[in-house]
Amino acid sequence: MNNKTKAPLIHITKRKVLPWYGAWGIRFAAIVLAFAACAVVTMMLTGDNPIQVYSTMLYGAFGTTRKRWIMGQEVGILLCVSLALTPAFRMRFWNLGGEGQILIGGLASAACMILIGDRLPNAVLIAVMFAASVAAGALWAFIPAVCKAKWNTNETLFTLMMNYVGMQLVAYYTIVWEVPKGSGKIGIINQNTNAGWLPQVGPSKYFLNILIVAILTVIVYIYMKYSKHGYEISVVGESENTARYVGIKVSKVIIRTMLISGALCGLAGFLLVGGTNHTITTTIANNRGFTAVMVAWLAKFNPIAMIFSSLLLVFFGQGASEISTVFGLNQSFGDILSGIVLFFIIGCEFFINYKIHIRKSE
Amino acid sequence: MDSKTAAVKMRGITKTFGTVVANDSVDLDINKGEILALLGENGSGKTTLMNMLSGIYYPDKGTITIDGREVSIGSPREAFGYGIGMIHQHFKLVDVLTAAENIVLGLKEEGRLDLGAAGKRIREICDAYGFDVDPKQKIYDMSVSQKQTVEIVKVLYRGADILILDEPTAVLTPQETEKLFAVLRNMRDDGKAIVIITHKLHEVEELSDRVAVLRRGKYIGDMMTRDTNAQEMTDMMVGRAVSLNISRPEVGETPVRMELRNLSVRSGDGLMKLQDVSFDIRAGEILGVAGISGSGQKELLEAIAGLQKIESGEICYIDENGKKTSLIGMDPFAISSLGVSLSFVPEDRLGMGLVGNMDLTDNMMLRSYRNNRSVFTDRKTPKALAQEVVDELEVVTPGLGTPVRRLSGGNVQKVLVGREIASSPKVLLTAYAVRGLDINSSYTIYNLLNQQKEKGVAVVYVGEDLDVLLELCDRILVLCAGRVSGIVDARTTGKNEIGLMMTKLGGGNS
Amino acid sequence: MFDLVSFIPRAVAQSIPLLCGSTGETITEKCGNLNLGIPGVMYVGAISGVIGSFLYEQHAETMSAVPAILIPLSCCLLGSLLMGLLYCFLTVTLRANQNVTGLAMTTFGVGFGNFFGGSLIKLTDSEVPSIALSATSGFFRRSLPFAGSMGWVGSVFFSYGFLAYTAIVIALVASYVLNRTRTGLELRAVGESPATADAAGINITRYKYVTTCIGCMIAGLGGLYYVMDYASGVWSNDAFGDRGWLAIALVIFTIWRPNVSILASILFGGLYILYLYIPSGMNLSVKELYKMLPYIVTIIVLVISSMRNKRENQPPASLGLNYFREDR
Repeated sequence: MNNKTKAPLIHITKRKVLPWYGAWGIRFAAIVLAFAACAVVTMMLTGDNPIQVYSTMLYGAFGTTRKRWIMGQEVGILLCVSLALTPAFRMRFWNLGGEGQILIGGLASAACMILIGDRLPNAVLIAVMFAASVAAGALWAFIPAVCKAKWNTNETLFTLMMNYVGMQLVAYYTIVWEVPKGSGKIGIINQNTNAGWLPQVGPSKYFLNILIVAILTVIVYIYMKYSKHGYEISVVGESENTARYVGIKVSKVIIRTMLISGALCGLAGFLLVGGTNHTITTTIANNRGFTAVMVAWLAKFNPIAMIFSSLLLVFFGQGASEISTVFGLNQSFGDILSGIVLFFIIGCEFFINYKIHIRKSE
Repeated sequence: MDSKTAAVKMRGITKTFGTVVANDSVDLDINKGEILALLGENGSGKTTLMNMLSGIYYPDKGTITIDGREVSIGSPREAFGYGIGMIHQHFKLVDVLTAAENIVLGLKEEGRLDLGAAGKRIREICDAYGFDVDPKQKIYDMSVSQKQTVEIVKVLYRGADILILDEPTAVLTPQETEKLFAVLRNMRDDGKAIVIITHKLHEVEELSDRVAVLRRGKYIGDMMTRDTNAQEMTDMMVGRAVSLNISRPEVGETPVRMELRNLSVRSGDGLMKLQDVSFDIRAGEILGVAGISGSGQKELLEAIAGLQKIESGEICYIDENGKKTSLIGMDPFAISSLGVSLSFVPEDRLGMGLVGNMDLTDNMMLRSYRNNRSVFTDRKTPKALAQEVVDELEVVTPGLGTPVRRLSGGNVQKVLVGREIASSPKVLLTAYAVRGLDINSSYTIYNLLNQQKEKGVAVVYVGEDLDVLLELCDRILVLCAGRVSGIVDARTTGKNEIGLMMTKLGGGNS
Repeated sequence: MFDLVSFIPRAVAQSIPLLCGSTGETITEKCGNLNLGIPGVMYVGAISGVIGSFLYEQHAETMSAVPAILIPLSCCLLGSLLMGLLYCFLTVTLRANQNVTGLAMTTFGVGFGNFFGGSLIKLTDSEVPSIALSATSGFFRRSLPFAGSMGWVGSVFFSYGFLAYTAIVIALVASYVLNRTRTGLELRAVGESPATADAAGINITRYKYVTTCIGCMIAGLGGLYYVMDYASGVWSNDAFGDRGWLAIALVIFTIWRPNVSILASILFGGLYILYLYIPSGMNLSVKELYKMLPYIVTIIVLVISSMRNKRENQPPASLGLNYFREDR
């Protein structure tokens, strides 16, 4: 009792603003550390040296023309979903329903291809598919948005649940339309007629997808930064009260923004079904709805920075899958590596926002 | 009464937040059996200093001695251990829990949780001091003064020897304040050390034994209350002699600008917030609105600005040509286009009216971004306006690109009022316009409001300091539980009269 | 005719992983942490148990009940605990965004489960893509000896392995602790208003760490139950499916009440397998629509409780937000 209690050894305070190079310096350091950690993990599992590991990964991602196109297409779709989620996140609306919105968009495209594929000229069919996908994705986002706007229903949990409703709907139609009967899958749709397949433009069948997403990136960037809608989204996200006070109709903004978010997810579904896979399965979204949350967050919701964050995550996915093939490991290896990288980057934000003071002993 | 033993000695206490020095090497003694008034303007570091005593913050430098032993208070729990209990200005209560649950929260008593026994002890404490608390009532069902009572019972329940109250009377009526002061005097006579943080001089004079003054984070000095007077204390707080007079320009007979008739408003959970409210707002006058906090002031302003759903009644705007327009059913944007401007300052200053994370330019744009037809925003005009406001109102900011959240309270307020005035309103609604401002900034705001009044703007001033209301306004509307208790001439009415009207419709029989 | 006596035990067996997941997530959410990593945690819990028992089955000459249960059990708890610590370190100590951290943990956890699952499958050189730990499972599935002789009472109430009863007891205990004890009171205060709890002298960091880690361990048990009991010790990749998300749905469905979750999880389990009992002709596709039911009823509950806007039925007020004392 006669002893003075010790002062806390570590003391944390919020930083003022870190200059941009400081913030990116910390992020870069985190990525380097993450790469090192991944190399160690991979070495332990494969027994190979880190340089070997990373050159294998680089080969897996960029080694051949085909791999580079696949890489581009993967980055494109992931970026598309991330762009879709961005307006919602800027509004502080946690749209975790990207997965379901992609699926339902894809389902709409597939439905058009199967049901009216042979009755319309290809250009018209693709236009109809596009419209249907975008509308379906928007609808899937509209339902939670209305409840949020009207009753302030928790959107994180609502959009999450909508994913599985969407997934089961796809599962249902997969069986309804399965080819051949009993196989439990639809298989490539319109294999012979190629009806509803996006045409090949430029050097690769993936080029059109990449081009569309590139244009979309610019549009979303301008929309968020310079348009009145974008400004309203930021105001609503920062302070709903202020928005109301200046006469912004908050519920209208919430619904409008979620319609855009869902529509763009639907577009991703359209690109996947019409441009890449030409079929629909319950796993076609491949967790992109969730991965995109992380991509958008890592890029601080900046569409241009998202190009790099989606590239990073896709690189790990593709690179790790190459490692698994070469070293006979499991495909899920990529998820582990992505997880490790994410943990490092998530953790490093702390050092950007806070400062640690270590008290020296007196 | 003179040879007091010190309960707490604070020496050389320094605390900084970023670049802001909240406390600069402060020395302070708190004595047993004494009520110490800690006096200072808002932002002078009173609350920060006390927060370090109650374990919320940890000092960067300095020592704290309790009962002659040097201690380190790393957390609120350790503060309890030393018998320190603090009643915060913003209540620290969990809404969905009951009074009893809130009171026992954090206590490390032996045995299982027995809310029945706790309830019994709470009733004993209430009986001893004349409080009224239902241990089973949920906090969200309580009025502000009930919540404060729970806070005080919470501290008493813990048997604190050193009580710190942060502006406890801000939410109380004069009558409730009297009751609280009686309790505090009892506790002082019990030998407890009591610190009351305030900036209301008459409370200091009425209640305290000793006054300590802080100014801009520095300790200025202390003195026995009986040896000093209001003028001296003000000088110490502000650092130079200031006049307490607020000017009130006389403006002749002016037309009615707005008419409110039988207005009733119900809150989201069905409570009547305003009932049958009728009055006029005249051009070229400042109409004060007084009332205990939560008596319907917020709802009144929001109803006029179109932010509240109106149950019944009529709100009309009358323009220069005498043309009447009903505001019922109009959206906020349409109302503000008419020239009815709301400059609302809620407790956290930035919650409404400004966006903390946006810079000055973007905040100026909030009002004007819809003025052109393009789908894109125009940032040039608001940027020019921001520069104008900064120059004219002497806003201290590193630049136009600084998020307003990083400006000080007074500057934030200047930005907000500056923007509202820039739209040359016909009706200017302000709520708590000087809350949290230092005296200089407060006077800047009073002057701005007076300028508007002289221009013929109808100004509504919702305030909490009756002295200011009486000096600044032409007429004062007193609200009591959502009804109009009376409208009085500020030039001929006294503070007690208004205080009574705040608690009783029409001021009762007296 | 609807066969209740065979339906109920199957619904209960389905319900236990959900119950564990939802009990774990409920207490975690009550302290203000929205742990969307629960699906990942359940995978890690399951695979850790599988690894433990795989090694034991490989190395032990003769297997006996106590180590056969304790080894996978402690591996499972350890794996889930580590995941909990990771989540807490990132969100509580480093104050990272909870949604992003949770999703990253789910990516990692599911990957971890499938990776080691796949590797073990490869080690066994089996024909089918799964590992069967039937010996271990036998110990886990052992039901009360008199269950078989009690007719329908036995099969409805006594036919389950010990983990099922453990899960129910945990849910009841969690419910009691949350509502009736000092610890529960403090825990709820932390989730509702950390600043208030902090001012009351409650150690926010410790509460968040301990609760979240215990929550993860309970959820991990759900994964273990699934492999060892429900699936008879057979691990195959992705078989656990979306049960983790369904457990999170259950938290909302029960409005954060673990005791209600006992019955609600059986209801969810029942809905999950209802298609097997509804005569839908030969149409397999309809069963996929039945599987939608748990999510739809959850959405309905979520919407209705937000419409009624009763304070007690809302999510904890600080759910998803991190606490920093000197925030100003």
